[in-house]
Amino acid sequence: MSLPLAATSIDVSLGEVAAALALVAVAIVASRAWHAGLEEDIGIAVIRSAVQLTAIGYVITLIFDQDSFLLVLVLISVMVVFGAFTARHRAQMVPAAFWPLLVSLAVAAAATLGLVVALGIFDATPRYLVPVGGMVVGNSMTAAAVALNRLGEDVSDQSRRIEATLALGATSSQAMIPLIRRSLRSGMITLVDSTKTTGLIFFPGTMVGMLLAGADPTDAVRLQLILLYVLLGAASIAALMSITLARRNFFTPAHQLREPPEP
Amino acid sequence: MLFELEDVTYSRSGKVVLRDVSARLPVGASCVAGPSGSGKSTLLRLLNRLADPDSGRVLYEGVDVRETDPLALRREVSLVPQLPALIEGTVQENIAYGPRLAGHSFDTRSCLELAGLDPAFAGRDAAKLSVGEQQRVMLARALALEPRVLLLDEPTSALDEAARDAVEGTLRRLRSRTAISIVLVTHDTEQARRLAEYVIRIDGGRVTAQGPTDEVLSDREEEAVAAAEDAS
Repeated sequence: MSLPLAATSIDVSLGEVAAALALVAVAIVASRAWHAGLEEDIGIAVIRSAVQLTAIGYVITLIFDQDSFLLVLVLISVMVVFGAFTARHRAQMVPAAFWPLLVSLAVAAAATLGLVVALGIFDATPRYLVPVGGMVVGNSMTAAAVALNRLGEDVSDQSRRIEATLALGATSSQAMIPLIRRSLRSGMITLVDSTKTTGLIFFPGTMVGMLLAGADPTDAVRLQLILLYVLLGAASIAALMSITLARRNFFTPAHQLREPPEP
Repeated sequence: MLFELEDVTYSRSGKVVLRDVSARLPVGASCVAGPSGSGKSTLLRLLNRLADPDSGRVLYEGVDVRETDPLALRREVSLVPQLPALIEGTVQENIAYGPRLAGHSFDTRSCLELAGLDPAFAGRDAAKLSVGEQQRVMLARALALEPRVLLLDEPTSALDEAARDAVEGTLRRLRSRTAISIVLVTHDTEQARRLAEYVIRIDGGRVTAQGPTDEVLSDREEEAVAAAEDAS
């Protein structure tokens, strides 16, 4: 794919960004009026998003200028590591969750980016791999984190049922089958639902961005569809792989349920 | 000897649950008796390797259970937990679960009858049964594996008197009709008297007495235990 890039570039001034802070003020007023206690978090979120996005903007500019595949690889690897760290905090009830998350995010990113390039959907250039890679890692992280969070809670809630099944001679994998089904569903359902309702209830970000930048709506829709399908694939790989790898950590090699980790 | 525990110590969450336990359980009907929190259920879980001790050995028919395949051991030494924990589905699906994993045949009707349930229960949703009925489905499910030993963790603690009598009757019939051995955990010494020929008495994670039921649970012994409890 090659987008009409010249037609999709717009200039956004810092003043326009600052003007958008008026909406943040609305959120702070609402929080204060209802004593929701979110003012500090909103402030931190605004500052962090500005700093992080500005920094990544410079990094992306550098990578685009260098046109280096190696730099793309480094950037996506860093995203995968940070994604695994972040997701680990949401999967605190899963023993040693970091490694399953790291491997699953890396495989999801590599498999989906490799496939879209191999199928000729995107060119193997930084301009495509960086933004698509970022979306893939972000959505994969969410799916894996939600799936593992559910898995950890289910193992804790259903430890009696799991042990009763083990007592009948089931392997740890067999005892976990119903829980894996539910965890995979939890990890995927948000993305599946948003894919179902896209265009009806909300316009997804990529499409909005392209429309704002002046792209043809048909191009915007097609690109959005490609990304939705890529993200579905990536999220399913990440959720299923993280569950498959992490489920072993709940058991000893003798198919005994371990004590849950300290939260 | 069916089971032997040699200097077994087991901790959970940093707390010692069993300390230097040495005990023997013969073939037949045995009971592990003691107050709540004394380590009875933990001891039962060690017998079919749902947990392993921190130190010491558990022997089944003279062989260290760590040297056995845990899955094969659990099919031969089947544990029925204190509270019902059935899989989603019908009674039939629950009974079929273990035998299907092991790849051997089973007879739902006879399993239900042995557990004291009408065979008509087979098609019913397991989640919609009473606790007493679910407990007997748990028993039927374990029996479907044709185990040589049945480990029962407080099988009547969640039941009313009538259901308790029914389960006890089921266990007595089971013993009279099959060669199965039973290890029963209970805090009810009267139940131990009714069902067991051999008793291990446990308190605070230590074995305080063991031997034939009529010796360990004799009136004189009971008075001594009661006096010791009052003194503490």
